[in-house]
Order: sequence, then C-alpha cells, then structure tokens
Amino acid sequence: MTKDECKKVVLDIIADIAPDEDLSNVKPDVRLRDQLQLDSMDFLDIVMELRKRHGIEVPEADYMQLASLDSSAEYLTPKFQALAAKK
Amino acid sequence: MKPSRIVITGVGLTAPNGNSLAEFRQNLLNGQAGIERIEIRYMGPQLAGVCHFDALKYQKKKEVRVGTRAGSISIYCAREALADSGVNFEALPKDRVGIYIGCTEHGNVETENEIYNISKFNYDTKYWSHYHNPRTVANNPAGEASLNLGVTGPAYTIGAACAAGNMGLIHATQMLRLGEVDFAICGGVSESIHTFGIFAGFKSQNALATHEDPHKASRPFDKARNGIVIAEGGALYTLERLEDAQARGARIYGEIAGYHVNSDASDYVLPNPTRQAECVNAALKRSGLKASDIHIVNTHATATPMGDIQECEAIRAVFGEGCPETYINNTKSYIGHAMGAAGALELAGNLPSFDDLTVHPTINVDDLDPQCALPGLVLNQPKKVAKVDTILNNSFGMLGINSTLIVKRFVP
Repeated sequence: MTKDECKKVVLDIIADIAPDEDLSNVKPDVRLRDQLQLDSMDFLDIVMELRKRHGIEVPEADYMQLASLDSSAEYLTPKFQALAAKK
Repeated sequence: MKPSRIVITGVGLTAPNGNSLAEFRQNLLNGQAGIERIEIRYMGPQLAGVCHFDALKYQKKKEVRVGTRAGSISIYCAREALADSGVNFEALPKDRVGIYIGCTEHGNVETENEIYNISKFNYDTKYWSHYHNPRTVANNPAGEASLNLGVTGPAYTIGAACAAGNMGLIHATQMLRLGEVDFAICGGVSESIHTFGIFAGFKSQNALATHEDPHKASRPFDKARNGIVIAEGGALYTLERLEDAQARGARIYGEIAGYHVNSDASDYVLPNPTRQAECVNAALKRSGLKASDIHIVNTHATATPMGDIQECEAIRAVFGEGCPETYINNTKSYIGHAMGAAGALELAGNLPSFDDLTVHPTINVDDLDPQCALPGLVLNQPKKVAKVDTILNNSFGMLGINSTLIVKRFVP
C-alpha cells in the first residue's frame, strides 16, 4: 500500500463517521481537528474502523500519529505493508 | 394555595400512521392503520408499527449515526411540538426548560446491536462500541433532546413500563407546579421495534399478535384478538402554566384536569382491575369530576385475551351503566402498542375531539367479545357526539404500574 492509498483509507473512514463533512479539500498537512468537526469519540471511531476493516491496531500511545492525513499515512503505511507481507 | 393551572400548548408526534397531529388524526378518523411486516433479527418477519418521519429534518447525519432511534424520535417530536406551540424558543431561558420523557425501556436495542456486532468478531470485546454507554444510559432519549435543543434545565426519562407516556405529562405538571421549571417538553417515546428481545419475550408469553393482514392484526376487544403488535413512536407536548401561556397568546389545546399513578403490587405481568379502578377513581377525585362527566375514555387495551377483559372490568366498575355521555375507544387498534409512547400518542389522537366533537373508533372489531362489550364503546366508525369537554386516558404497565390522566377543554 502506498501513502496515498493509505490516506484514502483514512478518508473513507472519516466519510462514514463524519457524513456531514465536505472532504473534497482536506489538507493533508493540517491537523484533521483543525479543518473538520471531529471530536475525541470520532478519533476512537477511526481507531475502531481501522481495527474492524483492516485488522490494524493503533495503541493509545500512538493516537497522536493520526492527527493529520500526512502523519496518518506516515504511521499506518508500514503497518499495512507488514500486514500484507504476512498474508 | 390552589395549584397552578397547567395547559397543553403544543404537540409533536410521530406514529406509524402519521408524522403530525393533523395526519395522525385524519387517519384515526379514516380507519387507516399503520402496521407492516418487518424483518426482526433471529426471528424473521414480524408485524410492527414503524414510523417514517424524516430524522434529518432536525438532526445532522452524524447525530443520527452516533445517537439512538429513541433519541431521534425525541428530537423530532420535541422540535415539532415547539414549532406547533409558537413559542419563541430562542428567547426562553434554557435553564428553566425541563424535558421529561416516559420510556418503557431503553438500552435493549443498542446492547443487542453491540452483541450482534461482536459476534462477527468471535465475541472479542475490543470491537464493542465506545458509544455503547452514552447510547444506553436510561436518560438517553431526553439527553439527546437536550443536546439538540441546547436545554440546560433538567432533562431525564421516566421509566414506567407502558404507563410511561402519561407519566411524562404528569411529571411535567408536577414540576411546573413546584416551580422547578417554567416550560416543559414532555410525553413518551419508544424505539422498541428495533429490539428482538421485546418480540421474543412477548412471543414466549404467547402475547404476540399474528394476522395475515397487518392492518387487522391489532384488534383490542375482538373475540379473535391474539396479542400485541409492537410499535415505535413518540408524542411530546409543550406544557406551561396558564398565566405564561396566556401572556404570550398561546393556542391552548386543553388543560390538565387531574391524574393519578398507583401500583398493583400483585403480579409481574397480569393487570389488577381493582387497582386500575382505584387509579381512575383517584384521578377523577383530583379533577373534581364524576365518572359521568368524562366524555372520552381512551383505553390502554393491548389486545391480549386477558388484559382487555381486566381493563374492561375496571372501566365497568367506575363507569357502570350510568354514564350515557361517556364514549370509549382504543388507539392501539391502528398503530399497535407504542410502549412508552403509547399513552402520549393515544392522548394526542383524541385531543382534536374538543374541536371536531368526534370520537375516533376502535377499529378491527369484527366480533365483539361479550366480556369487552362496554356501554359507549365506539366501534369501527367515528361517532359525532354532542359534547367533548373531558378526555380520560389510561395507560398501564408491567410490574403493575397504572397511570390515568384527565385533560379538559380549556375554559378561561
């Protein structure tokens, strides 16, 4: 999985958990909370959906890695790649 | 000191056969039921009263996703009631507004959903939703309404089984009289058709209705009645002290004349006609009315073989043969049993009688059970009457809780 594909995974999840938001212009380098109406429960949703849909675990200590799309891709891409290597 | 006079100034509702009082009332007069067959988890198709209101009229998509069905019903009904009342809600001090919502149960739907969800993950609880607790707390339906409306006064639910709809209005009346709040949003809601447990429980009790034609399935007082049709829905009212309502020139639907709540203390599920009659008599006494002063009695009857007979026994004990101007009807024959919403919805369906002097009938009675043949029972066709000044609404629930609410025509 590429970093761009990884960003799309995160955006797809956000589209479901924040269905009122316009995601067409999300800036990848800006904190998601600064450009979208997302609260701490929504971030738990992102963590839950990564677990449910993709089998990816994000420990609590790493939640801050999901702050922006860029940081999410940086953090999650190796996890997706490791998962793919196992299969 | 005489207690404050409390009046109804707004009604918001969603029922299986209508999403406004006008639509609901028209269908009650037209004999139009609202029952359909829906898929219930683990059980297959079952008869149910389903509401078709537009939740997105007052909620964002995310609020609907995060919240509960009961929360959506509460918000829809509360917003509709406020709009109907004509109050300038923005100008009301929100810490002086109370929200009191009756519920039969809350949390079954959300808990069942989560158990089903983790069943897909080998029952690993790390897949259990972090929304489970805010969704299942007993105050959820009122709490979601307070969030949506920005109400900072007391907002909570009243658990009173199927007597709960009346209880919302009764409690609001008490809180207004105590001066705890200045404006109340109150009534009852139910999301019960979304829990298989309620269906399975009634089925195990041999109390779940069956019929080839869904609209004919709920038939209180008919000899062939065979149980309850479960429904969802809600009806919330705005209640105010008379002087406040008059000061703002509000339209007044009716005045709370009296009420009573008591308990059978005799059985988990079987009603007790003696206690029911005591409840009705105590409500009459508080209202300063005689049985013969009541023009409409809306029964609780749910179409269980025994429950209907028990309630008829209680009504006979109070109203007997000496009440020629008292007419009796039932609303569950159209919409099924809306559980915590039942009392509130059924009162709403009868309120327009003050204006149109028509009693909506009990439908689906093809063969009246002689044990339910009460004098004044309005069967299958609406009845024009000379006078409707009072409506007495019965709602009874499991564990033997009884509530009677009497509303009278407003006379300044």
